[in-house]
Amino acid sequence: MAIDLLYFAWVRENVGRSGETVDPPAHVTTIASLLDWLSASSDGHARAFADRPRLRAAIDQRFVPLETSITGAREIAIFPPVTGG
Amino acid sequence: MIEVRVQLEPFEPGDELARLEAGVGAVASFTGLVRGDDGLTAMTLEHYPTMTEAALRDIAQEAARRWPLKAVIVIHRHGRLVPGDRIVFVGTASSHRAAALESCAFLIDWLKTDAPFWKREEWADGSARWVDAKSEDDKAKLRWEE
Repeated sequence: MAIDLLYFAWVRENVGRSGETVDPPAHVTTIASLLDWLSASSDGHARAFADRPRLRAAIDQRFVPLETSITGAREIAIFPPVTGG
Repeated sequence: MIEVRVQLEPFEPGDELARLEAGVGAVASFTGLVRGDDGLTAMTLEHYPTMTEAALRDIAQEAARRWPLKAVIVIHRHGRLVPGDRIVFVGTASSHRAAALESCAFLIDWLKTDAPFWKREEWADGSARWVDAKSEDDKAKLRWEE
């Protein structure tokens, strides 16, 4: 099923775009495995997703751990730890 | 009243304080500004447009659940700001000073860790970098654990 991906801050800069729509294969079940799968698609993706402890995610606008299942997700955002306030 | 605004435009804390003061005994506020003391020339705040306002509202509602508040106003700017510009405003109104002061501190601590904003700093030598999250911000949030 198609999932909209959004990238922010240096994740966006490394990937080289602010988002994309993907249809991952069945073996991709969590955000972490999605990042593994995406890392094979370009050097930019690989660079953006290399340092996992510095990545955070949201599914359908809710913060979730990288181990979270992507089943049913419509929108997944990948970004560094937030620095607002 | 819970009011949350995410905006490019500047805001005026005096106007917000006047609104909070209507009919209450205690108002507390925090204003965060862009520092320019060490060669910083500009700061750009990126955010997650479809999530930001809901995330700020969740944080404000959590404050209203924990303290007896009459009103909460949270304003967070995005876009490119320069030293001296206001970034964020948190204002709380209550019948009691402790509720107003504590909830204001709670809100700004939670904003640091739970609102989807990212700061990119530009420096006088032409360099730019994304700000790293600080572990002390996570610790500041932990002190509010119930």
